[in-house]
Amino acid sequence: MTMANDFRGEPKEFAVVIPVPTVITRGQIHVADKALIDHLDAYSSPRLVEYFDEDPCRVMMYDRSMAPSAMGNAKAAREESRARSLGVTIEARYTVGEYDILILSATQSSGLETWLRENGYTIPPGASYVLGSYIRQNMKFFVAKVNLQEQAKLGFSYLRPIQVAYESPKFMLPIRLGTVNAAGAQELFVYALTRKGRVETTNYRTVKLPSDVDVPIYIREDFAPFYKALFNEQVRKEDMAAVFLEYAWDMNWCDPCAADPLSRDELKKLGVFWLAEENSGGAANAFLTRLHVRYDRAHFPEDLVFQETGDRQNFQARYVLHHAWEGTGDCEAARMYRRNLNERREREAHNVASLTGWKLGEIRKKMNLVANESPGEKKWWELW
Amino acid sequence: MKPRFDPRLYQITALTALLIYGISALHFDVTVARSTLILGVAIGAQALCSRIWGVRFDPRSAAISGLSLCLLLRSNSVVLVLIAAVIAVGSKFVIRWRGKHIFNPTNVAIVALMLFTPRVWVSPGQWGNLAFFAFLIACLGGLVVNRAARSDVTYAFIAAWCALLIGRSLWLGEPMTIPLHRLENGALLLFTFFMISDPRTTPDSRAGRMLFAAMVALGGAYIQFKLFRTNGILWSLAACSLLVPFIDALLPAERYSWNSHGGSPWSVAYSRLLSLSSAPLLRTPSAASTSPKETQRFSIGPHRSSSSATQIGP
Repeated sequence: MTMANDFRGEPKEFAVVIPVPTVITRGQIHVADKALIDHLDAYSSPRLVEYFDEDPCRVMMYDRSMAPSAMGNAKAAREESRARSLGVTIEARYTVGEYDILILSATQSSGLETWLRENGYTIPPGASYVLGSYIRQNMKFFVAKVNLQEQAKLGFSYLRPIQVAYESPKFMLPIRLGTVNAAGAQELFVYALTRKGRVETTNYRTVKLPSDVDVPIYIREDFAPFYKALFNEQVRKEDMAAVFLEYAWDMNWCDPCAADPLSRDELKKLGVFWLAEENSGGAANAFLTRLHVRYDRAHFPEDLVFQETGDRQNFQARYVLHHAWEGTGDCEAARMYRRNLNERREREAHNVASLTGWKLGEIRKKMNLVANESPGEKKWWELW
Repeated sequence: MKPRFDPRLYQITALTALLIYGISALHFDVTVARSTLILGVAIGAQALCSRIWGVRFDPRSAAISGLSLCLLLRSNSVVLVLIAAVIAVGSKFVIRWRGKHIFNPTNVAIVALMLFTPRVWVSPGQWGNLAFFAFLIACLGGLVVNRAARSDVTYAFIAAWCALLIGRSLWLGEPMTIPLHRLENGALLLFTFFMISDPRTTPDSRAGRMLFAAMVALGGAYIQFKLFRTNGILWSLAACSLLVPFIDALLPAERYSWNSHGGSPWSVAYSRLLSLSSAPLLRTPSAASTSPKETQRFSIGPHRSSSSATQIGP
């Protein structure tokens, strides 16, 4: 599991508390290079594909990725005896990279909450209920905060992703702690690298985002706001109760690729441990799933539970641009092409309106589209 | 009281409506063409097995199995899904104990394939958790179980499952929104009202069915919350089905038969016609095909017999 945060604030204010199924040893924790996640993000982002119309009187393709970027949150232990009196056991204590990490177990939620508060963690009111249910399930707590001295020594100005490796049949992601004090909805991206196939949630609907839709050329300059509006609109349509699939692809190939495929070394760093045993030089047998979820307490009352399916169908959220042919040919096919062009543009405008909820009039304006008119076409009523 | 129509026709209608809703509104990973193919193969397998075993061909149960597979089983390989359809229908003929098939056909087909290949899966989250939708399936399903006269197993299961989910959340100190969210699940309702309710594979006695429902719920909860496996109730139903012969031996009762509990609309119409045509006795075609010993119990015409339990009129 690799965790990356887009925490913006003073590093000393950063802390994470994550329930984990087992005690984690030093060797199971690693701090990864941020570029690794950035590459994975760029590789799997929703994207645009451009096509150029041919001269109709007798398709080149390239693509560019304009990805809206992806990636979301609270003093070292003073006295172990104090911890014990609160029913909290410090199972392990490590400094890995720029992080001070504690593995805690507890017997009661109020004790854990008190301990965390006394040790400088900002715990929102109501968190103890959530902590309590994890304690009853015998889960441990992975607590990390930034060690400022180590960070200064290492010279990083940003927080690197933390990696934890463990074996557990619990294929889930605890999100409940994060919903306790959040002011609004939170954004989460889940990248799953698996052997068998696509990953989906079993307790929430996993919905494929609309894909392969024709959109107007101007979206090339507006892709980030377009995709943001599209995602907002899809969340609204699903009543905010779904997890969205943005990408599902066999890592062996991509055609075309939004970014260079991940190297075997990068895959290994991300935890794809089975590469060496199965292919010692050939292609990577890894399947990447990228899920995007916007959640809050009202719509996502329980933690995300996943399953790996046998689905190896490739999917990516992509939107298609068609550049019009601007030649001056005057054959029958060219006349037909020009007649159909306005119709196509109108369809593209409607697609954007339906995907994003933007007003049709504004989309037409940006497209310089005069509704349903083809230059030089005779109107049907021009009979007399 | 005898139901007016064969409950299987209600099931077929309800499952078809759910499949259309699933494909059109929820974008299930199954096409109309594939669904038609699965249905065709299931009915074809039924025709073939009926011929081999020399029994009358009836497509209704096979259609229900086919539709259930379309709703539940997912795979990239059409061949595997078609094999599931054949296993579902074939299991009714092959895996039998004292004249009764052991497994719910759809359930055994899904579990068998999930055991033997990683290339199939069931998506319990595919229905979402919309309360409206949960309500809709509950209504449709309620209709089916009432007609099938085996609603007790459904109600016993849902009561046990609710008790387990709510009890677990209370013990963990979780808010009630968590068990409610789990209960508002289309896959759970589909299982409760359309699969475990199958009157041919549940125990014969009411007490046996209650016990069976509670065991399936307990097993399902164990698989889901202790082993952390998906589709706990599907695995549990298959495992508990193996115990039905023992439950029947411990708690014996009269065997359920589709025909003796209502029959098809045509058979009902036929029996009505018989009763109208001066014969004062309600007699169904299934009764006509019973053994000579049994027919002696029926009294035909104005002949009075105090021993006849089925005589109507003078």
